[in-house]
Amino acid sequence: MTTLGFLARENLDRLLTALRASGYRCVGPMVLDGAIQYCDLPNAQSLPSGCRDSQAPGRYRLDHTDTSRQFAWANGPQAIKPFLFAPRETLWCVERDAREALTFKTVSPESQALAVIGVRACDLAALRLQDAHFLQGLNRDVQYAARREGMFLVAVNCTHPAATCFCVSTGDGPEVPEATGTNAGCDLILDELDDGFILHSASERGASVAGQLELAPVTPEQQTVVAQQRQQARAVQKRSLPARDLRPMLDKRLEHPRWVEVAGRCLSCGNCTSVCPTCFCYSEQEQPLLDGSGSTHARVWDSCFTQGHSYIHGITIRADTRLRYRQWLTHKLAAWHDQYGRSGCVGCGRCISWCPVGIDITEEVAALAASPT
Amino acid sequence: MSAALSRVPVAAEIIRRTQESPSVFTLGLRLCDPAQHSAYRFMPGQFNMLYLYGVGEIPISIVSDPDRDDELEHTIRVVGRVTRGFDALKVGDRIGIRGPFGRGWPLEQVRGKDLLLLTGGLGCAPLVSVINYVTQRRAEFGRIAILQGVKHMDDLIWRDRYDQWAALPDTQVLLAADVAGASWSWHVGLVTELIDQVAFDLNNAHVMVCGPEPMMLASIRKLCDSGVDEKHIWLSMERNMQCALGQCGHCQIGPHFVCKDGPVFCYPEIRERLGVKGF
Repeated sequence: MTTLGFLARENLDRLLTALRASGYRCVGPMVLDGAIQYCDLPNAQSLPSGCRDSQAPGRYRLDHTDTSRQFAWANGPQAIKPFLFAPRETLWCVERDAREALTFKTVSPESQALAVIGVRACDLAALRLQDAHFLQGLNRDVQYAARREGMFLVAVNCTHPAATCFCVSTGDGPEVPEATGTNAGCDLILDELDDGFILHSASERGASVAGQLELAPVTPEQQTVVAQQRQQARAVQKRSLPARDLRPMLDKRLEHPRWVEVAGRCLSCGNCTSVCPTCFCYSEQEQPLLDGSGSTHARVWDSCFTQGHSYIHGITIRADTRLRYRQWLTHKLAAWHDQYGRSGCVGCGRCISWCPVGIDITEEVAALAASPT
Repeated sequence: MSAALSRVPVAAEIIRRTQESPSVFTLGLRLCDPAQHSAYRFMPGQFNMLYLYGVGEIPISIVSDPDRDDELEHTIRVVGRVTRGFDALKVGDRIGIRGPFGRGWPLEQVRGKDLLLLTGGLGCAPLVSVINYVTQRRAEFGRIAILQGVKHMDDLIWRDRYDQWAALPDTQVLLAADVAGASWSWHVGLVTELIDQVAFDLNNAHVMVCGPEPMMLASIRKLCDSGVDEKHIWLSMERNMQCALGQCGHCQIGPHFVCKDGPVFCYPEIRERLGVKGF
């Protein structure tokens, strides 16, 4: 990572212009339906200037403040996930002719290169996990890969974690970890100040895009502010998980009474899995044409909280909420270590805020850990 | 497995249909593209995703011999929407197929060894594939015991095959039915009760098991008590499968994706989660 210089806030549009000139479609955070969401970004003025998010278990509200800052919030319900692992997409289609012969055709995804502005460190950590799931191993996902290859990522270090955030304890934030070469997993990293941004390049193409901007030298005062706000973003986080690897703890508590207790509150709605930036389950669906001439085969996000998720020929493996919540938590925090070498939780806190009954993963883990049975 | 066959189905024609029992039938399939058909390779214990036009896909194990090049056989029990649809198809109809997927039976590891092949329930196609394989290559394996249990004597399919297998050298066939009438000459009760009658020492044998999970758990207990090395117990597992690529998440048992890490597991690999309700 190389610090490139200071970009005044009024010149942020030049970054968008440079990205568009390089062929990228720019998306970034905007206020939509009362939440911060990534949308097509027409210009820097559309960013959520002065916005602050207030998050708590089962609660997400946006407030307006006097600050000129455009990234003084933690996150919204989305991460980068929907841009790579589409909530719904066609995988293949089949045509049937008059002689009832079948012809199968691959459906290629649209692949206009996307630049995402305002990515958080926790979301980059989640992206690495999704990359591991969809790209590594024997079965590279062609749809995901096509979108991922072209993606340009502009991270903004988080200065205002929400009360629900616990990325310090998972080791995934609040700032993008210092990394050498191209390992940061993004292209540019920004530190936001009141009057602008300090730019760091994290990849060659990041440096190339930033090279088109006029940057001022970074002053020692600005560096001091950055150091202070990075320290502050760590210090404000009150929630945490007790360890990075919770396998030994959870393995011994598969029949713990807390699972029954949390199942009494959990609605099994699947909101947590929808907002989770690492959850990867999907189901496949068939959409036959009404005239019988063909059919398309699509995938849609699924959730381990649904009845159908564990169904096999007349048996539902996880028929009740206790078993579904346990599946979700033990997969996320235990099985993920065996599958992908680390926990599946990046500490973004979305599952806490967007749970309609305010179930808090850190509280559930603490309750499980507190007693052996 | 070519990349095309793993993600997108290819067309296959039903060239033979056999009714095995009132609710079980076998489809003999041939890929419509002759080059693809002759290039298709699989191992016993692997499965295909079979696609019913306009309805969807299901995982079905391949029961035919891997060296046969005329057709790919899939034995199917009518249980749901897709299998009911397959049941209505005729010779000459087309379906989609992609595969093969998963890790099959450890044939190299058990070559030359005594084998106990233990199945429970209807059809039990995953194990039939390996029974067919070893009985076709009888000299390559040690002594063989084939133990099959069914709930009701009428559920037993492939009776003539059991007779053929029993006629092979050093091959023992033992059958059990929980519910049986006067015409049933075999054991009445559980298949696990037959393990004591196996004619060879189980200490060095390999055991391949397929059936409902309570039957597999009871078998494992009995086998371990009988001196079988737990590393020699192999199980074929079933879970909801939609992608067969280890991505859709439905087939997980703890850290394992049954579709790609299995469906055949060595018992110690899945011991921690096997029999724990909900995994």
